[in-house]
Amino acid sequence: MTKRLNALAGLLASVGLTLLGLVIITFLIGRVMPIDPVIAAVGDNAPQEVVERARLEMGLDQPILMQFFHYVVQLLHGDLGRSILTKNPVISDIARYFPATLELATAAVIVAALIGIPLGVWAAVKQGTWIDQAIRVVCLAGHSLPVFVLAMISLLVFYAALGIAPGPGRQDIVFQDMIPHVTGLLTVDSIIAGDWDAFWDALAHMVQPVCILAYFSMAYITRMTRAFMLDALRGEYVITARAKGLSSMSVIWIHAFPNVGVQLVTVLALTYAGLLEGAVVTETVFSWPGLGQYLTVSLMNADMNPVMGATLLVGLVYVGLNLLADAVYRQLDPRVR
Amino acid sequence: MLVDIQNLRVSFATRTGTFEAVRGVSFQIGTEKLGIVGESGSGKSLTARALMRLLPQNARITADRLSFDGVDILKADERAMRGLRGKRAGFILQDPKYSLNPVMTIGRQVAESWRQHKGGSRKEALEAAVDLLDQVRIRDPRRVCDLYPHEVSGGMGQRVMIAMMLAPDPALLIADEPTSALDATVQAEILRLMEDLVSKRGMGLILISHDLPLVSHFCDRVAVMYSGRVMEELSAGTLAQAKHPYTKGLLNCLPSLTHPKPRLPVLSRDAAWLQS
Ligand SMILES: Nc1ncnc2c1ncn2[C@@H]1O[C@H](COP(=O)(O)OP(=O)(O)OP(=O)(O)O)[C@@H](O)[C@H]1O
Ligand SMILES: [Mg+2]
Repeated sequence: MTKRLNALAGLLASVGLTLLGLVIITFLIGRVMPIDPVIAAVGDNAPQEVVERARLEMGLDQPILMQFFHYVVQLLHGDLGRSILTKNPVISDIARYFPATLELATAAVIVAALIGIPLGVWAAVKQGTWIDQAIRVVCLAGHSLPVFVLAMISLLVFYAALGIAPGPGRQDIVFQDMIPHVTGLLTVDSIIAGDWDAFWDALAHMVQPVCILAYFSMAYITRMTRAFMLDALRGEYVITARAKGLSSMSVIWIHAFPNVGVQLVTVLALTYAGLLEGAVVTETVFSWPGLGQYLTVSLMNADMNPVMGATLLVGLVYVGLNLLADAVYRQLDPRVR
Repeated sequence: MLVDIQNLRVSFATRTGTFEAVRGVSFQIGTEKLGIVGESGSGKSLTARALMRLLPQNARITADRLSFDGVDILKADERAMRGLRGKRAGFILQDPKYSLNPVMTIGRQVAESWRQHKGGSRKEALEAAVDLLDQVRIRDPRRVCDLYPHEVSGGMGQRVMIAMMLAPDPALLIADEPTSALDATVQAEILRLMEDLVSKRGMGLILISHDLPLVSHFCDRVAVMYSGRVMEELSAGTLAQAKHPYTKGLLNCLPSLTHPKPRLPVLSRDAAWLQS
């Protein structure tokens, strides 16, 4: 019992430290960047006294530690500042943009895992054969083709030429603002609203960007699964399993595969976290109003509050997924318990 | 005749040509206990694994005859092999730390082995597993069923391995250095347990080891291997009459407490032994 409590205390401490580090980093991003937040707010041509007043209002005359303190207090109140570009509080911007990314990333990681894991296992089992080579080529293409090329080709072929895929964006114009905002995930919200036409429309809009993101993630997942499985298949317990007279299916999926669980979860968590950062290129090509676009546009306009807010969010995603992965390890491997 | 091996050869294709690791091994065994001894790399494990066709993919097996239980191992399809593995012959590996699946409970691993060949429900299989663990003299088998391999000692792990391999009631047990990873005190215990169960069930045993005296103590016959060949086959009682210089060398190398020698002799080897 005390052991559990100790572990919990250790966990809380490490999470606390990570979060503190994260907040320090986002704060520094706001200060260290060669961008004057005052000029960014009031504009290049503002008269001197306006600039001075804004500087005082923003608390930029105070010592840096005080500034940091104010920043933390603001964060604790859920205040990420305002975006100069959108004029909205950053927190409500993020509440709008992040679900779009979340929806895309979640679908992509599921598709990538469902295809990549079996493919990786298959490649490992057939190591050195033409099947292994073919899978390697497919993955190599996934690694090396630029995203925008694939995305453009996909739009050209399936939308422009064949007309079987919907165009860019998250939904058709007729469904715009028809679905009450609950989670921000259009597929989920339209199910909640019971509007199946809107659901299919949202799903159809996801197909292309999801496939493209999933392809890249799948290439990585396949490669890693193959490597882990090759290692597991060399294990002595695999010989034991075969010596027991088990079918090769059982040997592979019941004996070897569960032994790569922990490593696979790490790969999946990293892949998912990477996708949740927002895929700028894919989002841009498909006009997908996601976090990646929001972050990039803000950064290019020297709009630092959104940048800091989005960075903080991405950091939180990594911390959260790490915690989740740790919890899953315990389920998968008795030696970590 | 359970096992009939004539002129077994196992080779690997390497960059510089083929490397023959087993070169013409022959022996036969029925329901008796055969020991195979020999230095590291002499081809003992490969011989045993060839019999169950459990060799690495890049290994090539040839033989004038390789039969087990009347089945031609060289011609049998994978299905037939699966019927032999486990069901007709159990295979015990060296170190239970690696040979048991680390993420599966002990009970499940034993039960799986039973169920694979005997059928029945999961529950029946688990009951059978408890009974088997009891037979290999594990105390509190019900509790041990729920443990994972890393939670038990090496000796206990090897008992589990024995229980698992005896589950389908095979006719032959192949044990490849089953005690090399264990403490000396536990070694004798495990070997005695194995010998006891094999005798009680009227099974054949192939016991592979480095340790000539140990093997001759537990087996009826001993085959001495060197560099991929059987140098000499003797009945265990007649070790003293060994003719082959390599066997004699092995026996001479043993330190003795009652007649200590100032220096242990160096094992001599002779390329001429491989000519015949
Ligand atoms: N997959 C393989 N590829 C190439 N050579 C191999 C392979 N497996 C085994 N060998 C070689 O075959 C020879 C015999 O191996 P084997 O495992 O049968 O020896 P052993 O008598 O069991 O030795 P030990 O007492 O160390 O277990 C060794 O020289 C080994 O290097
Ligand atoms: Mg060996």
